[in-house]
Amino acid sequence: MKKPRLHRERNYGTIYALPIALWFTVFFLVPLLVIIVFSFLKADVDGGVMPLVSLDAYRNLLRPRIFRIFFNTIWVSVVSTLITILMALPCAYFMAKSKAKTFLLILVIIPFWTNFIIRVFAWKTILESNGVINSLLIGFGAIANPLPLEHNWIAVIIINVYTYLTYAILPLFSTIEKFDFTLLEAARDLGASKIQSIVRVLLPNVKAGIVTAIFFTFIPLLGSFVVQQLIGTKDMYMLGNEINDNIYKYFDWPTAYAIAVVLMLLANVGLLFVMKNDRKQAKAASARRVDDVDDGPRAPRQAISVAGGR
Amino acid sequence: MQKKRFSFSKTSFIASMVFLFVPLVVLIVFSFNANKAPVLTGFSLVWYQRLFTSSRSLWNAFFTSITIAVTASITATVIGTLAAIGVHWHKFALKTYVQAITYIPLVLPEIIIGMSLLAFFSGSHFTLGGVSVNVGFRLNLGWLTIFIAHATFCLPFVYLMVLARLDEFDSSIIEAAHDLGATEGQTLLKVIIPISMPGIISGFLTSLTLSLEDFTITYFVSGVSSTLPMAVYGQMYKGGVSPVINALSAIMILGTIVLALLARNFLKYIAANG
Repeated sequence: MKKPRLHRERNYGTIYALPIALWFTVFFLVPLLVIIVFSFLKADVDGGVMPLVSLDAYRNLLRPRIFRIFFNTIWVSVVSTLITILMALPCAYFMAKSKAKTFLLILVIIPFWTNFIIRVFAWKTILESNGVINSLLIGFGAIANPLPLEHNWIAVIIINVYTYLTYAILPLFSTIEKFDFTLLEAARDLGASKIQSIVRVLLPNVKAGIVTAIFFTFIPLLGSFVVQQLIGTKDMYMLGNEINDNIYKYFDWPTAYAIAVVLMLLANVGLLFVMKNDRKQAKAASARRVDDVDDGPRAPRQAISVAGGR
Repeated sequence: MQKKRFSFSKTSFIASMVFLFVPLVVLIVFSFNANKAPVLTGFSLVWYQRLFTSSRSLWNAFFTSITIAVTASITATVIGTLAAIGVHWHKFALKTYVQAITYIPLVLPEIIIGMSLLAFFSGSHFTLGGVSVNVGFRLNLGWLTIFIAHATFCLPFVYLMVLARLDEFDSSIIEAAHDLGATEGQTLLKVIIPISMPGIISGFLTSLTLSLEDFTITYFVSGVSSTLPMAVYGQMYKGGVSPVINALSAIMILGTIVLALLARNFLKYIAANG
């Protein structure tokens, strides 16, 4: 069959796309290549590099301390992501079914308009030893001495969840919103319990949104460093802190670049894991013939797209 | 009829909203606190007074943040919209490249974008066989580098949102415009841009939000120039944040709520008329 003819005689595509291609080449691709290449060079004294190929930077990573940091990074990111998604799912479901969608959306976005660091500061005010919670508890006579709410893993994870909850709700909302809720009723009519109908009908259908929510939460978390630095302790440092320290404290930039390369690999392993799972389940679900399921690689794109089409 | 029962999703939503808003409420409450320490001692407007009388540098930081958010968002919106239009209607050599390269930032931890730009703007230099070699783009860290970084991480969002809007549209409208003799420029201004408007607006608003929210990338490319988040970070790092920050945050939170409500009415208007 003949493909429908493009409607333009002249092709302006290159002209339209040239600015973005130039911008991303100069300000994204080249910088990325710079750090990848420089991670294989020898460190100079002042944060620069010497034109000598060296694996020093990677050798610096083979230390027990870095292994612990690596382990911290993974488990904190995974746990924070899981909690975030589990909180975001019912929220998104409620929003999608609500009549006041725009209002609820704005409600979810408002905290986001306050800079991340100011929100971390607010949490510090809440959790500090003479902070809001402790002074309330002491005021009511519930405790005599302040509880150590700051500088522990729970505080770090709470703030992580706080930071990424909105990132997770938005893509989930836009996919659940497209979901045909009569399918749930059908499942209920056919004898499924409420939980069964949600797990076996709703969740497989909004897979793309879940994958995107995981992307938007897990990937930035892998590189986080501020919360551990300001609310945690040195024992809680993650790869992001190690990058920060290597740049601003030790002035060993190639090592920072090497950690960045490890982070990129880690992000992509996480990605492949999510997408592989996704595809496996998509196969299982293909009998049910639903859209959006086998969309692993395109998932984030799609959820952003859905948000844009609104 | 089923009786109204306990709703898990509603309860979760309300709990999550409390979770999201409690820190903001705390910020606002402490902006009216008479004491500097995080212990409520009494009502006072002293921090607001200081904010408006002796906080010039804080205001400068605040306006720098706003200026960067607006300019970076406009830049991202223009470039991203053009790219979406090109990719949607044309086939060309750069197409796959554009599609791939706007996707990668979404799957990279933001710290990597920040530090790679830092490396790039630091213009790493070394001598190779007696010749001084410069890699990168030596720029003093400051307003310009933050602007570039922000426009960069906002671009993919605008591009994808406009693209999505265009995907929903029947392209025969464009063909009709052309058949009726419209030039490329006329079609762009009178047909394509108006129909992509909802996508363009959500792209722009998303950019503004991301820019105002960002800390990680700004941290690496801001140098000594102070934006609001850097000012707050500096004070936190040293251990004592002045409650003047609370006062400014309170004003910002109330300001954004007002803006959000205005934007909502605006979006409703667009939805009703577009």
